[in-house]
Amino acid sequence: MTGAGMDQELLTIDALTVREGSRDLVAEASFSLARGECVGLIGPNGAGKTTLMRAALGLQRAQGLSSLTLLPPEERARQVAFLPQNRDVAWPVSVRDLVSLGLLPARGIGLHVPQTVAERVEAILAEMELTALADRAATSLSGGELARVMMARLLVQDTPLVIADEPAASLDPAQQIALMDRLRSVADAGRGVLVSLHDLGLAARYCTRLLAMKAGRIVADGAPMDVLTPEVLADVFQIRAQMIDTSDGLILHPVALTGRGG
Amino acid sequence: MNETTSQTIRQRGARGLRLTLIALSLLVAVLFVTSLLIGPISMPVGESLRALFQGGEDPLVLVMRELRLPRAVLAALIGAGLGLSGAAMQGYLRNPLAEPGLLGVSGAAAVGAVLSLQSGIAATAALALPFAGLGGALVAVFLLALLAGPRGGSLTLILAGIGVSALAGAMVALTLNLSPDPFAANEIVFWMLGSLTDRSWDHVLLALPFIVLGSAMLLSQGRAFSALTLGEDVAATLGVNLTRLRWTVLLGVAAIVGASTAVAGAIGFVGLVVPHILRRSVGARPAHLLPVSALGGAALLLAADIAVRVILPGRDLKLGVLLAILGAPFFLHLILRTRLAQQR
Repeated sequence: MTGAGMDQELLTIDALTVREGSRDLVAEASFSLARGECVGLIGPNGAGKTTLMRAALGLQRAQGLSSLTLLPPEERARQVAFLPQNRDVAWPVSVRDLVSLGLLPARGIGLHVPQTVAERVEAILAEMELTALADRAATSLSGGELARVMMARLLVQDTPLVIADEPAASLDPAQQIALMDRLRSVADAGRGVLVSLHDLGLAARYCTRLLAMKAGRIVADGAPMDVLTPEVLADVFQIRAQMIDTSDGLILHPVALTGRGG
Repeated sequence: MNETTSQTIRQRGARGLRLTLIALSLLVAVLFVTSLLIGPISMPVGESLRALFQGGEDPLVLVMRELRLPRAVLAALIGAGLGLSGAAMQGYLRNPLAEPGLLGVSGAAAVGAVLSLQSGIAATAALALPFAGLGGALVAVFLLALLAGPRGGSLTLILAGIGVSALAGAMVALTLNLSPDPFAANEIVFWMLGSLTDRSWDHVLLALPFIVLGSAMLLSQGRAFSALTLGEDVAATLGVNLTRLRWTVLLGVAAIVGASTAVAGAIGFVGLVVPHILRRSVGARPAHLLPVSALGGAALLLAADIAVRVILPGRDLKLGVLLAILGAPFFLHLILRTRLAQQR
């Protein structure tokens, strides 16, 4: 790992604003993310989660500050790895080749693949149970398999910070749990994770901290218990939920709609 | 994970690439020599090669050194450039149907050449026509830069290319339309069909620096094309400077296509077909596809240039026509295959 050094803050965002026409897709977003944190970004569709992530990464024009956009592209690629929602693979390259793309920032120019790099890819493939699929064309995989391949590509980049946009979408329950366990262990190992989630149950159970977004604004920021209050759930999601603190962690299940705008 | 397995895995990709490169190099070498041995004057093989290497006062030496050799060199050079440009355009646009002509540079080079034919400038000096073609290509690059802007994604560049292509097509049509002299119109039409007949070393020297420079630019972007497999956002976060990539692709393809069109006329389909045929052989890796497509393009153009001389020796069958005849069914095959893949 390189880049952050002794610095505990992996990402600092200050008054980040993305304007489209007269509408603010993201308005004055400010937060920071430290080592060891697994931060869940929650909010209804269109709240600005994806836009906030892309602006934080410098993929989208924005006003305000994101510490990542200050870095030159090569340096940023060693600081943060990004998994977008779009899982479109352009060419029928093998799973192994696709995962190896995560090593582009670390390896030198040229077609030669250094030994250590190949080993790291094999280790991740084994860890993600992808070894049997390694020679398959990535375009021939099922949705769940492809999601695992994308995750492997993200992890092999081995950056201090990981940003993932809806990685749990279209996964079955077992794979969702495996995915969240993995993201959480990345954070527990002293790296940082920013992940957008639609499933509030997963967010409540696995994240160390949640950011709730509504209409481009971050309206709540804190521990899952403090963010997922009846008031915030009603205001942001227009739902009512049951929440139980169990030995397996926080269990949250949406049960009813509340009145719109109430 | 034991040592030997990881060793084999590491080497598999590299060895596959090396084998493909060696096989294609041999093919290019064979076709190059064959190309030297074919022409309107049929001569024994040994005598031809002796004339080529030993020189002397024999007219055969002149035929070999001043006619056939530059022709074969140009075929290899232009074919390689077009194959490489095609692989680069497909990699950049993440689309197997992309081809170098999409940028409109070949169309604009044709406008320059056609105007020089129409105005009679082409007849004033041996290289007036190719220089006019290069001028047209340069205008296209300025227009593209102006239309597409300094930043932005691949979509704006391709829309600008479509605009420039349409404009160039209209200009050529207008020139033909207003041509007072049927002979000039005929000449224009023939030139546009694309050919390598009667090209000299001057043509080689004119095209060479542009094609070499453009190729170097495109070959340097292998990693970026690989990263684009996962889309522009992932590529950017893998450290690819998309703005620089865009300019490199634009200028590299323009240099190659502009120079090729200026000396040989419009030669289509090489850039579309070659990367497609060879993609499987390199495991679809966009970076590996670049050098392989360059060799494949050289082989295809050499073969086509041999074919036009063998099929209808006396009739001056044009290279561009032959490639279009071969290329159109291939394009249909591509569309059918894409459709079948979607239905699966």
